[in-house]
Amino acid sequence: MTVLSETDAHQIARRALDFAGEADESEVVVSSADTGLTRFANNGIHQNVSEESVHVNLRLALGKRVGVADGNQVDSDSLRRLAERAASIARLQPENPEFAGLPSGGERRTAGGLCQSTLEFSPEDRADGAAKVVNAAQARGLTAFGAFSTGVRSVAVASTAGIEQYHEGTTANANAVLMNDDASGTGMALSSDVAEIDMESIGEAAAGKAERGMSPEDIEPGTYQVVLEEAAVAQMVEFLAFESFNGLFHEEGRSFTSASMGKAVMGENISIWDDGVDPSGIASPFDGEGVARERVDFIENGVLKAVVYDHQTASKYGAENTGHAWTAPNPYGPVAANLFMAPGEVASVEELVAGVERGVWVTTFHYTNLLEPMRVVLTGMTRHGTFMIENGKVTKPLRNLRFTQSVLDAFSAVEALTRDTKLTGDYLRVRAPAVLIREFQFTGGSQS
Amino acid sequence: MKAVIERALDTASAGGAAYADARIVQKTSEFLMVKDGQVAAVNLSSDYGLGVRALVNGSWGFASASRVNTESADEVAGRALRIARASARVQEKPVVLAAQDPSVGEYITPYESDPFDVSTEDKLGLLLRVNDLLRREKGVKVAECAMEIYKTEKAFGSTEGAYVTQTIVESGAGMESTATSDDDIQKRSFPNSFGRQVVTGGYEEIEKLELESNAPRIASESAALLSAAECPATTTTVILDATQVALQVHESCGHPTELDRALGYEASFAGTSFLTPDMLGAFRYGSDAVNIVADATTPLGAGTFGYDDEGVPAQRNYLVKDGIFVGYLTSRETASELDQRSSGAMRAESWNHIPLIRMTNINLMPGETSPEDLIASTDDGIYMELNKSWSIDDLRLNFQFGTEIAWQIEGGRLTNMYKNPTYTGITPQFWQSCDAVANNWRMWGTPNCGKGEPVQGMHVGHGAAAARFRDVRVGVRG
Repeated sequence: MTVLSETDAHQIARRALDFAGEADESEVVVSSADTGLTRFANNGIHQNVSEESVHVNLRLALGKRVGVADGNQVDSDSLRRLAERAASIARLQPENPEFAGLPSGGERRTAGGLCQSTLEFSPEDRADGAAKVVNAAQARGLTAFGAFSTGVRSVAVASTAGIEQYHEGTTANANAVLMNDDASGTGMALSSDVAEIDMESIGEAAAGKAERGMSPEDIEPGTYQVVLEEAAVAQMVEFLAFESFNGLFHEEGRSFTSASMGKAVMGENISIWDDGVDPSGIASPFDGEGVARERVDFIENGVLKAVVYDHQTASKYGAENTGHAWTAPNPYGPVAANLFMAPGEVASVEELVAGVERGVWVTTFHYTNLLEPMRVVLTGMTRHGTFMIENGKVTKPLRNLRFTQSVLDAFSAVEALTRDTKLTGDYLRVRAPAVLIREFQFTGGSQS
Repeated sequence: MKAVIERALDTASAGGAAYADARIVQKTSEFLMVKDGQVAAVNLSSDYGLGVRALVNGSWGFASASRVNTESADEVAGRALRIARASARVQEKPVVLAAQDPSVGEYITPYESDPFDVSTEDKLGLLLRVNDLLRREKGVKVAECAMEIYKTEKAFGSTEGAYVTQTIVESGAGMESTATSDDDIQKRSFPNSFGRQVVTGGYEEIEKLELESNAPRIASESAALLSAAECPATTTTVILDATQVALQVHESCGHPTELDRALGYEASFAGTSFLTPDMLGAFRYGSDAVNIVADATTPLGAGTFGYDDEGVPAQRNYLVKDGIFVGYLTSRETASELDQRSSGAMRAESWNHIPLIRMTNINLMPGETSPEDLIASTDDGIYMELNKSWSIDDLRLNFQFGTEIAWQIEGGRLTNMYKNPTYTGITPQFWQSCDAVANNWRMWGTPNCGKGEPVQGMHVGHGAAAARFRDVRVGVRG
């Protein structure tokens, strides 16, 4: 697997900037990727894909008129047309007096995250990984489903304001779902290093949950204690990142943070932050404008301390740019994408379960969505392993449940957290512990 | 383009593929957004590449690249062959494709005004005027207006002799008005939520949206919602407006009738389906009033095309007829499992993705009652309008949806406005409780349907009208 080198990426970037020479300011983001993904279902590989791609995003400003054009061809004619398109767009629009210009060059920020083992991983290796999960399933009379992906991505940012950044990193991601007629279990792993992904362990974890989940029963909807595993916690943190920790939403009064800065909004045992260079995440050392990502502590011991900003939002509202811009155009504000939740002291999920008098153990959530942004009320379903806990012991498997729950209320009622964390994430990357929550609202059931 | 496709197919055949297809796709799009009186974004995107799918030893391989020439055709086809052979290491059973006559032809979306020929000034002018109308309402905190247009030019060829070219043109626009207080946020959108309404057609379809005439009402309603009462928690009759019916059809009929889901292909990600093949032709999905078709030929539909991405011609097929589940959305591979022909529902987001079974236009057929008469004939209930939140389980049974706004129905009239309305139910029970579909049928576009790994976004259409449902649980809150 290969992507554009730093030299090649910046050479493309310089040519694009040269073609945009008539502009007062210009910025280019050159990204490339070489990825492969193997999916399996019903104990066989059914989809297996590979993509090699390059993408160039050019933003230029004529005074306070801004145009953005992007494309995926990097020959000189294509780059020239890209610059012409961006310029023509800019020329034809009214000035935006709020345009803050481009961020000026700052620290060149690098991070690790490029793993040779992932670079060298082949389609045959991914197939062999899938086979390990299928074997685990067949050995137990279960059926295997899942996906195993590996890839390398590079991004370079350069601008006439002095920005020059480059980062290259790998990602390996695997998940397995093992099923029988009435139950399913899952295992998953995410890392920049594919050598850290043990497909046999993932398959065993999924098999264990599926076997334990056979012959599920219903319970009455209501308020229960709940043990949420890491992936479920991560989904709740993701919604906080999208809906609440966005500096633009904060400034516009569209987040609970607008009226709560400096106040206790969660339990004292909750701390959540963003860190783009922590090696235990997937490194992303600078943002879509080439600005170095600062570590931002959102929640410290339950107290709201900060939100993230990009250059435009920070300039408009007199805040400090934390380096969390998307690539231009970026009308939706900044977003934290490398999230961490502080661990606790509990040795294992099983130990959390032992602390429950009467509650529900949830492996993952499915199809979670936002109902009310101010209280961050979410609704979704449990999935791939839901169990009844009574007097510290799992007493029966449950059919999936619908929850309707405020994240702020849930994170104000966390009684314990595991000391180990896991890296997961549907759209963002979140390293989180499993947690025990005192009260959690289940509002319906299902036949699955 | 044809020479590159033929080269890729020749290379795949020479390398041992029993079947191969190749697609070249050029996508161009323009996105414009005005926020709070200022131009927030104008972006012109172009994306071009080649994808090759090869079937070797009964297993699939797919490879893609953004380089399009005969050399890259060899490289991409070679990579697809290698991946297919890797797939065959873990094979449950060999892939069998349903028979298909090779298509040869061309399709172009009918339109009057090429949206790319309309100047950026004119587009921004419309958005700025609408934005100004929203901002005249005192309570509006954030006013956003957006427009997005697309042109997708693609060529498809297969080793069976198919070769088709298509040009799909789409146009869409919309507005959002957000009002806030210290402890509340309320939003109203028009004509559809989540940014815009999209159809296949030219700029004339944007001009028909009546954005300016509706902006004052939308702004006023967003502000009024801040002081509206919460939707009560009860079980009652619910009338959904056409946009929410479209979303209900999408989530609870469109997705569960995808045969790949029913066969487990998406079990580890999007989920499966409660509609299993043994239920075909016998299961009562809804009341007699419920008739749902998959129709890739519907004018203006965001899922309208000439051929799917396996070269299968666009079709119209019943999914639910007189309330009975009678059909699936299928591909050539999955149709063969049921001894059927493909229903022509294989679609890929672009050159860099494999085609998957996707909704085309999933249309709930209209009834004969006007929406006004539907309300007038309801003594007690709640009328809900425009989707705000959606969630449904992995079998597509247990759903909970929120809408932007609702009103109490009392004695056949709309009375009190409610905020944060939600309703929840189980799919077949819900559709069996449908006692009337109105006649205000039109095409709605859903430009953000996600499926597959890597996730592919797809534009799908839904013909829908207002509909009434009995004994629905409403007002679930966290």
